[in-house]
Amino acid sequence: MLVSDFIRLSINSVAFHRMRSMLTALGIAVGIAAVVLLTSIGEGINKYVLSEFTQFGTNLIAISPGKASTFGISGAIVNNVRPLSLDDAEALSKIPRIQAVVPVVQGTAAIEYGKRTRHTFIYGTGSAVPKVWQMKPALGQFLPDDDPRFARPFVVLGSKVRDELFGDKNPLGRRIRIGTESFRVIGVMESKGQLLGFDLDDAVYIPTHKAMAMFDQESLMEVDLLYAPGTDSEELSEKIKKSLTQRHGNEDFTIITQDQMLETLGSVLNILTLAVGALGGISLLVGGVGILTIMTIAVNERTAEVGLLMAIGARKQQILWLFIGEAVILASLGGLAGLTIGAGGAWLLGAAVPALPTHTPWSYVLLAESIAALIGLAAGVVPAWRAARLNPIEALRAE
Amino acid sequence: MIQLQGVNREFPVGDETVHALRGIDLDIEAGEYLSIMGPSGSGKSTLLNMLGLLDRPDSGSYHLEGVDTTSLNEENQARVRRDRVGFVFQSFHLVPRLTAAANVELPLVLAGIEPAQRKARVHETLEALGLENRSDHRPDQLSGGQRQRVAIARATIMRPAILLADEPTGNLDKRSGEEVIQTLETLNRQGILLIIVTHDPEIGGRAKRMLHMVDGAIVDDRANTEKAGADET
Repeated sequence: MLVSDFIRLSINSVAFHRMRSMLTALGIAVGIAAVVLLTSIGEGINKYVLSEFTQFGTNLIAISPGKASTFGISGAIVNNVRPLSLDDAEALSKIPRIQAVVPVVQGTAAIEYGKRTRHTFIYGTGSAVPKVWQMKPALGQFLPDDDPRFARPFVVLGSKVRDELFGDKNPLGRRIRIGTESFRVIGVMESKGQLLGFDLDDAVYIPTHKAMAMFDQESLMEVDLLYAPGTDSEELSEKIKKSLTQRHGNEDFTIITQDQMLETLGSVLNILTLAVGALGGISLLVGGVGILTIMTIAVNERTAEVGLLMAIGARKQQILWLFIGEAVILASLGGLAGLTIGAGGAWLLGAAVPALPTHTPWSYVLLAESIAALIGLAAGVVPAWRAARLNPIEALRAE
Repeated sequence: MIQLQGVNREFPVGDETVHALRGIDLDIEAGEYLSIMGPSGSGKSTLLNMLGLLDRPDSGSYHLEGVDTTSLNEENQARVRRDRVGFVFQSFHLVPRLTAAANVELPLVLAGIEPAQRKARVHETLEALGLENRSDHRPDQLSGGQRQRVAIARATIMRPAILLADEPTGNLDKRSGEEVIQTLETLNRQGILLIIVTHDPEIGGRAKRMLHMVDGAIVDDRANTEKAGADET
């Protein structure tokens, strides 16, 4: 029997019970739509979070004082931990393949200009911020490459601080007061938006040693290193570890490469996507039961037809595949409808609620459709097997 | 062509065992015209199913065209049914979803014959039975006689050697029944071996050889001298 005839005959019987077939396919359609929609949202969130985390560049390594296994700024500094100094940062910059280093100290302080005062984040950084964090000044320039211990009192404003303090006025060359010291504005950063609730534009950047003095810190909170693309980050972090251990006497610092961070984050997000996908899978399972039910009914109704087919020379195998083909076609039709609904829904959702990112990966679409066909196959096997095993004489007697 | 030797068949019915066939010995030559008659439950349908390889004997042997059919596996039996045997049933057994042409085409489809070839053969067969302008009708748009003729077209499209008809006129009025019998007899004259199971003595009496069955045994097997050649008149 030709494959095209199998398909034609199966489609014929599916099309004959139009209403019934549509309702059965609907079960699968809802399941597939749920899977596609939920995984689209999951993937969208996944992509969104990863892009948020990579907007400051990708080839980064962060070193923070204190030995901690989790990432983040280690607040509690244990007794025998030596501070991470500007000298350490300078030494690290000499390691081959390190392109730039940003020593970071962070705190909050009041900023005054004229009669306006604003409490905001102060970042003590070096001159390499535009290169390492991939953020450019929109106006003027970033902090100059001064000797880190004697850097001049310049400040670069975040776009929001500029708006709040200066409005439409040109802030370049003005002096503002941060804490007790006076700084000259030499630049304004372009707007970066928010990262996990932090308003990155509501911040100012001053030289590191000024910030250390302002917040009375003897240690840097973090040193960010930018390495040349194509470098093995693990190998490099080994070198950094060796160099710093030599300087400090023991390993009293934590190195986190962004590769590691993204890997961890990625695996968490993938599990999230998988979990929501599995939720949709439950409705898919229900759709599969629907197909099983309708195929069982179909075999019962068509017992006499099975007998006839056997009498005119159909082999058991042919009857088996005819019914399985029907189930697979039902499921695939439902799957296609579900894909359209799911992908369309995801797109609509993305358009209607821009804050909720959605992304429908094609691999998921193909996977969902194959799963639908597979469910049809699985649901069709048992009824089809029953049909194929019918006794032709008894089957012919059924009417 | 057909040789049955000592064929027995039993069915369990409730607690009892029914002997549907008891020691059947039967020789049938190619091109014969047989009727099998007898009261209901006498085993005539069982014998017909046996001849059509829908059933297997519990004991005894059945040689069809020299081949011992009891030694064939399921797949080969299906192939013999498809290629050598045609069935006509009392209740037509047309697939309601398919047009007359598609119903007639089914055995060709099962045999995996190319669509272009199928179309020509279906047309030819329907034409021979005077159904060419009914080919696109569904069974529910056809009269009983037309339905049975479509079924006969389906049974003969593979050009089988044997045509088995189980009460072919049972669901038809007299006139349609007469037409159907004439159609079957025409096919017999063209060389096909025709076996009709019936309880209607008028139809059974038209055959050239008449078998009578009672309680699973053939009690009478004789040539129909008076009716021999009746179809020519």
